Amino acid sequence: MAEEKEALFSKQNRKLLSDPLNDNNPISVQVLGICSALAITVQLKPAIVMAIAVVFVTTFSNLIISLLRNLIPGRIRIIVQLMVVAALVILVDQILKAYAYDVSKELSVFVGLIITNCIIMGRLEAFALANKPWKSILDGIGNGAGYGAILIVIAFFRELLGSGKLLGFEVLGHKAKTLAESTGLYAMGYENNGFMLLSPMALITVGIIIWVQRSRNRKLIEA
Amino acid sequence: MDLVNLFVKSIFIDNMIFAYFLGMCSYLAVSKTVNTAVGLGAAVIFVLSITVPVNFLLDNYVLKPGALAWLDESYKDIDLSFLSFIMFIAVIASMVQLVEMIVERFAPALYSALGIFLPLIAVNCAILGGSLFMQQKDFSTITESAVYGFGSGIGWLLAIVSIAAIREKITYSNVPAPLKGLGITFIITGLMAIGFMSFSGIKI
Repeated sequence: MAEEKEALFSKQNRKLLSDPLNDNNPISVQVLGICSALAITVQLKPAIVMAIAVVFVTTFSNLIISLLRNLIPGRIRIIVQLMVVAALVILVDQILKAYAYDVSKELSVFVGLIITNCIIMGRLEAFALANKPWKSILDGIGNGAGYGAILIVIAFFRELLGSGKLLGFEVLGHKAKTLAESTGLYAMGYENNGFMLLSPMALITVGIIIWVQRSRNRKLIEA
Repeated sequence: MDLVNLFVKSIFIDNMIFAYFLGMCSYLAVSKTVNTAVGLGAAVIFVLSITVPVNFLLDNYVLKPGALAWLDESYKDIDLSFLSFIMFIAVIASMVQLVEMIVERFAPALYSALGIFLPLIAVNCAILGGSLFMQQKDFSTITESAVYGFGSGIGWLLAIVSIAAIREKITYSNVPAPLKGLGITFIITGLMAIGFMSFSGIKI
């Protein structure tokens, strides 16, 4: 059997998973899916929830489209893809509303915007329409995770520098009204950088992440 | 007066790109030259000012809790709002298709100018975002939603044309190699967003 069929985690398949995390990252290299990525990175928690939601949607939409790839007429494929994705996103939205209502309120329209997240459509067009289901699943997980990783890195820095917290815990110490009552870094006169909480800093953070990534991985530099 | 207020607000204060980051993908991909940026921006205005009012009608007469009461009294308990994503995106996809056909038939010059951009727009987050914000903002009349859609479109055009102009100039600048292209564009967009923040808080 093993000679006839490719192993489930062959080298090639592992590459499908690991490539989108660095060399072919959906956000910093393919420039897909930035739309909904930035507005929800003020805090770590919504970013993690969003990352999980996107991994779920990319994986299953890739799987479904890949299963249907020989049945979909080329002319109406975009509408079919949108319908599949929209159905999955409704699922995610309803689950969030039922089990994590406060996060779902925070994410507001951005859950719905996963539908038009270019990563999903991009992967469906570029990969799922031409590949077998198992490979498509791996590609979906990889791209979802690559997107999520960047999201979480941005949210980490924005929450840490902006409000001195991580996931709501005061990791830098407690800030009281007076210097004497404060603990941790705040006792030394540290102040939060409230600017990190505003939307422009999300863009600048992405810019810096791209800068760091490209200086370490020089083959990504644009001519 | 309220409409003017809403219009200005949707262009500057609630700017799709600088305040909500919607439509970033096409914003980054199609902003290399001013000409293409103008084309895409015009197409976005066009589609937004059609789909937002259409989705407003859909939301108010089909999807909202109790919205089906105009059909029959017994339907007034039905709440279809969980279907709004799928209905909105269906409306947008079919509207884009329809608009493309109509423009091709009646305004071939406009079609050849917008042509390649129209299909791209179905998956532009700014379009779906416009409809979802419309739903959240609870507009009372269709005129308000139309003005909101049109204003958001103009704001988007403004943003993409200005970044395209800057990117055309910046090719002559000496940017650090790893920051070239995408990186510097992000940082410039961030700086522009800081500029646009100065509009917030203005009351008209």
